[in-house]
Amino acid sequence: MGQQVINGLFLGSIYALFALGYTLVFGVLDILNLAHAAVFMLASFVALALVGGAHLPILAALPLAAVVAGLIGLLLDRVAFRPLRARADSNISGLISSLALATVFEAVALQVWGPNVSRFPLGTVPEGRPIPLLGAEVSRLQLVTVGVAVLLFVSLTWLVRSTRLGRELRAVAESPRAARILGVDVDRAIAAAFFISSALGGAAGVLFGLAYNAIAPDMGRSVELKGLAVIILGGMGSMPGAVLAGFALGLFEVFVVATFGASWRDAVSFAALFLVLVLRPRGLLGAAALREA
Amino acid sequence: MSALLEVEALERAFGGLRAVDGASFGIEPGRVHGLIGPNGAGKTTVINLVSGLLAPTGGRIRLEGREIHGLAPHRVAALGVARTFQSIRLFPDLSAEDNVLVGRHLKRSPSLLARVLHLPAARAEEREARARAAALLEGVGLADRAGEQARHLSYGEQRRVEIARALASEPRLLLLDEPTAGMNPVEVQAVAALIRRAAGEGHSVLLVEHNVRLVMDVCDVITVLHFGRVIAEGPPAAVARDPAVVAAYLGSAA
Amino acid sequence: MWERLVDLWGTYESTLGYIGINGLLALSVYATLSCGQLALGNAGFAAIGAYAATLLTVKANLPFPAVLAAAALLPAAVAVPLGLPVLRLKGVFLAIATIGFGEVVRLGIVNWEYVNGAQGIVAIPRKSGVFTIWLFVAAALFLFGRLRGSKWGFALEAIREDEPAARTMGIPSGAYKLAMLALGAALAGLAGALEAHFTFMVAPNGFAFGRVVDMLVFAVVGGAQVFWGPALGAAFLTVLPELLRELAPLVGIEPGPLRLLVNGLVLLAVILFLPNGLASLPGRLRQRRLAREAA
Repeated sequence: MGQQVINGLFLGSIYALFALGYTLVFGVLDILNLAHAAVFMLASFVALALVGGAHLPILAALPLAAVVAGLIGLLLDRVAFRPLRARADSNISGLISSLALATVFEAVALQVWGPNVSRFPLGTVPEGRPIPLLGAEVSRLQLVTVGVAVLLFVSLTWLVRSTRLGRELRAVAESPRAARILGVDVDRAIAAAFFISSALGGAAGVLFGLAYNAIAPDMGRSVELKGLAVIILGGMGSMPGAVLAGFALGLFEVFVVATFGASWRDAVSFAALFLVLVLRPRGLLGAAALREA
Repeated sequence: MSALLEVEALERAFGGLRAVDGASFGIEPGRVHGLIGPNGAGKTTVINLVSGLLAPTGGRIRLEGREIHGLAPHRVAALGVARTFQSIRLFPDLSAEDNVLVGRHLKRSPSLLARVLHLPAARAEEREARARAAALLEGVGLADRAGEQARHLSYGEQRRVEIARALASEPRLLLLDEPTAGMNPVEVQAVAALIRRAAGEGHSVLLVEHNVRLVMDVCDVITVLHFGRVIAEGPPAAVARDPAVVAAYLGSAA
Repeated sequence: MWERLVDLWGTYESTLGYIGINGLLALSVYATLSCGQLALGNAGFAAIGAYAATLLTVKANLPFPAVLAAAALLPAAVAVPLGLPVLRLKGVFLAIATIGFGEVVRLGIVNWEYVNGAQGIVAIPRKSGVFTIWLFVAAALFLFGRLRGSKWGFALEAIREDEPAARTMGIPSGAYKLAMLALGAALAGLAGALEAHFTFMVAPNGFAFGRVVDMLVFAVVGGAQVFWGPALGAAFLTVLPELLRELAPLVGIEPGPLRLLVNGLVLLAVILFLPNGLASLPGRLRQRRLAREAA
């Protein structure tokens, strides 16, 4: 039982990191960035290249891959979202345009690395004795994953609460027009949001790749929909909600697999998502508020 | 004469803000009934409540004795209520004539089968509906702009199309929300004539307006709203002299 | 000469069939887009139609017309209880809920042993050919064409442009949206059934999220403002990969990635520069020409 909890928290922290990026962009822009999962996947491949090709240790490759992911996020903003900002239906057209870039990213990954599953070279994650905790065992990888995730959550919370960028983001989330009038460089703030969001998604991707040691161009697919489930459950635009719901989903999945078997895992998650949307679309912590112009 | 519309102790709160706070008034059939008051008095909220876009948090609304508060907008419309919007809500991609045609929705009952099979009955129904729409546009002086996309019409033209669209459903009660906002005096006179004619043809009108002269000119009765409550009611001359009304307008930043 | 034609047909029959199937699927998404709803559960509806049809053919040996009727009616029936709660959701929430529905259907099939779960069913007798498929596409286009410009077509357009205003004119938007959801479900189910009896097989991985994304892309690239746009988009994007396959070796990219790359770039180009899709191209060019002549 304790082992399930630890496994659940481990999986949950990856979901939470991924969802955090998703919800950051949704909170600020009211747009669902469907390329998030593709960035998740690309970061994993970048880490693979750094570790396998450039022989970097994983602890260096992880932040580097996250930064590369952030840069891809900037590209995403510049090419897919910024040109559509002025349009009335910008959330639907933004969704479609991000879908287009996701397809392009997947094509690039397919061409460069092929469709088959790639793996990190042996010894990427230093083996060591698992650490006993609460009657169960925590592997080094699990510990580092949860640790990295918590570190990023705390940093992001600090950034949003206490820095100027954080204030600017909150202003843009309320009303871009008002923010602009108050002197905020809205385009720059949004670009920063994309950088952070994609870096978080990228970090999640690297950790996911390490966790399952299976990296493939279509690895984003299952996580993409789970990520949607998480941000709905947590409340669209709510960062603490995304974290909470991410952990909740991780735990939920581990328990469903233990009780019903692996094939039921996803079905139960989506059924839960569906019920939440119908019964309480705001999710746990979300605001139902509409955005002003 | 029993009232066409009765509003009784109507309340609508948004969180802590009471936009409408116990308003009561009645509209007699065939009359033009003005609803005025300083900005933020709750006039548009009253229109939203009567047309069904909002549900009241208290009080009642009755149309010919039948309770309509809380009904969905399309049901209220089916009972004979039509409206225009303060911020003009024409369908931007449709032409002026098509906009009015949509307004005719409640009065059309074509057969789906006849339409799919392209039968003469369907074609006749369509011709008739379009003819009505064209006539309504002519009635507001816009026959020559019938084919123009709504987004390309001038502001004044759009307002008139909206009125034509509202009249298309042959409503018993017409709710006009600041129909002359932003218009020049000539255009205002045209709308005044339209309103008088509509009333003459049997439509009752609830007119929300800021243009005091228009209201005095065209209305049979005026209700004055302030902070969501009725502070005066009566024929225009009496209301104009009412000290409470004067205080409300001078005292607030209207 | 005759043999050449037969050969050609053999090579391209599959493509021609898929132009039709994709056309139906694109129209199924258009049904709800036409009243402003982004409902993306159609992969689930197609799966229901495909599997229902397959079971009725393979286990009950019903005649094909009856099978197709069931394939259209069953998803439509499912759409009604689905739509009642879900159509109240706005914008992207509706999209996500319907995506969730599609996934639940797919995963339900994966876990259902009676239909072989993830492996699917094979050796379905061939009952639909290109002609049958295109007949249904023509019928669907005809139906949408008759709807446009009618009382109901205008009501749908009004709901798309401004739903609350439309309601104040007496248009019961809830009923219209539900009807369009059911119509879309019927078209998707029909497409699923036709595909199963055209390709001899049916499997849940053919109804994953990516499938409904394809449908949306057909509709957007073709142009979702007119009823024939989505069919045009489906045709264009079904034929394009075939052309690209010839091109691939010249460019030095594998056919698989090349197809995805071009799909992505076409979609991006459309959404950025031609948002109303290929269908709007003639109008745009005409406007450009008129503007130049006026200058």
